[in-house]
Amino acid sequence: MGTLIEEIFSQRAGRRVQSGEILLLNVDYIMSHDNTTPLAIKAFREIGKPILDKNKIVLHLDHAYPAPNVLAAENHRKILDFVKEQGLPYLFKQGVCHQVMIEEGFVTPGSIVIGADSHSNTYGAMGAFGTGLGSTEIGVAWITGKCWFKVPETIRVELHGQTQPGVYAKDVMIHIAGLLGMDGGTYRSVEFGGEYIENLPMHERIIFPNMSTEIGAKCGLIAADAVTMHYLENETPARGPFESIFPVSPHYERRLDIDVSNLPPQVACHPDVDNVKPLTEVEGLEVHEVYVGTCTNARYEDLEIVANILKGKRVNPLTRVIITPASARIYKKAMKNGLIEILMDAGCTVTGTGCGACIGRHGGILAPGERALTTMNRNFVGRMGSPLSEIYLASPATAAATALTGRITDPRSIMETTIKH
Amino acid sequence: MAKAWTFGENMNTDEIIPGRYNITIDPLELAKNVFCEVKPEYTKNVIAGDVIVGGQNFGCGSSREHAPIAIKGSQAKCVIAASFARIFFRNAINIGLPILECPEAAADISEGDDIEVNLSTGQIVNHTNGHHYQARPLPDFVLKIAEAGGIVNFLKAHDIQELLS
Repeated sequence: MGTLIEEIFSQRAGRRVQSGEILLLNVDYIMSHDNTTPLAIKAFREIGKPILDKNKIVLHLDHAYPAPNVLAAENHRKILDFVKEQGLPYLFKQGVCHQVMIEEGFVTPGSIVIGADSHSNTYGAMGAFGTGLGSTEIGVAWITGKCWFKVPETIRVELHGQTQPGVYAKDVMIHIAGLLGMDGGTYRSVEFGGEYIENLPMHERIIFPNMSTEIGAKCGLIAADAVTMHYLENETPARGPFESIFPVSPHYERRLDIDVSNLPPQVACHPDVDNVKPLTEVEGLEVHEVYVGTCTNARYEDLEIVANILKGKRVNPLTRVIITPASARIYKKAMKNGLIEILMDAGCTVTGTGCGACIGRHGGILAPGERALTTMNRNFVGRMGSPLSEIYLASPATAAATALTGRITDPRSIMETTIKH
Repeated sequence: MAKAWTFGENMNTDEIIPGRYNITIDPLELAKNVFCEVKPEYTKNVIAGDVIVGGQNFGCGSSREHAPIAIKGSQAKCVIAASFARIFFRNAINIGLPILECPEAAADISEGDDIEVNLSTGQIVNHTNGHHYQARPLPDFVLKIAEAGGIVNFLKAHDIQELLS
């Protein structure tokens, strides 16, 4: 009997646990990237004990890769030397860590994956417990294989209906962030379910746990079902049988029922993720950069939406339009199927994979006074560069429509009936 | 005297230390840019032992440990806030930056107030207006980490299992 997080933790603890309890649990994988691994190495060295199990450690170079400056290169050097020294088997340089973690099959239902990155909540889309931690705890987990967790209370978000054409999971999640607020889920597990989620393909489901971080949640969870199992079997090297864990007579601290049927496209406006407005209220606002990328919205299907809108057209010449596929696998598929050519012909700049622009490192930095519309999950002041720049968050379709005009544009106004919803 | 430096609600990790400065892990280097955009005068005028006071959801956003390390590097004694974002809370405890959750103090303390903090009892005294506040007690296992000066020091001397025993 319990919420999804109580069920996952009970399974791991080998006994029935309830919200409020503090547990020391074994973790399956320990993720960190080039921004956070150096501090984990420092903690590891200071403690001075050996790694428990090398096969649990997964490292990525993605936050400032390829290195945009000498200090970033030094970070990479430090990590690569550590990988060699310790003989670590898992090092990836092929895209945004969370996407690669899922693609490479590290995330399966009921598993516990901790990451030195706040968006490690993303793994909840597979029915796994994923959560973000600081680097020191990652270094600790390398040694102990364990982490302490307080079993959180749960907010259930029940989504009803189907969205209209031109409206996507991103719009729904931005709407939820507006309703709950940026601390509305703090310390909580946010469970997403209902008819809308059940009918959603995996690439759109991922957005909900991913952005649960923006409302402060410890984790965002979607119970694994046939869609999850099919995705894992066909799109990742993970092989079943997978555990089937779902809420059983759960007690929720709070329940939100939302009908998405009439929801229009949404925009999270500068300077907070919960400063949410229907797109129509900010339509026409000038945009200097459009960025399609990140762990939130740069999967193959996102690029396909953008390419469908931009095909045979040209983006506004005074707007920088930057497309960063989330992973090498996505990039290759997009290339093979002609999407990259369509995007380039439309005047987009397609970059290598990674997180650089989203954290203001490289690959799309903003000048003072500039405004960006992006498919990211976070719009903190100064995140993409100048503290005098502004970030607006929206769906890939809204990003594509905006790219054409250089102003925030409703994708429904230019989407033809032939465009795949 | 220990001076209070006050910050608003939802102080995020990018505001504590912007991502572009996180290319170093040196506390003193990071401290040079802590709060550089929201309160540029902080780094110039902070004195060792001063106190940071924030509103709700202090430290929200990224998992970057650079944020509490930068604050600790600036020689601030502790952070008092109405509430903390979860990763910042863990990170601060783990690296040995004392934090106190006290909505009453967070609401009442003004910039520049003379603040005295007793970290072991959680008692806070505002010498400027004479008010006393009591912070919420930390759970036992968190106190164990805090008393060791952080999780690294704790693990040097103990097994992880001892955290909850």
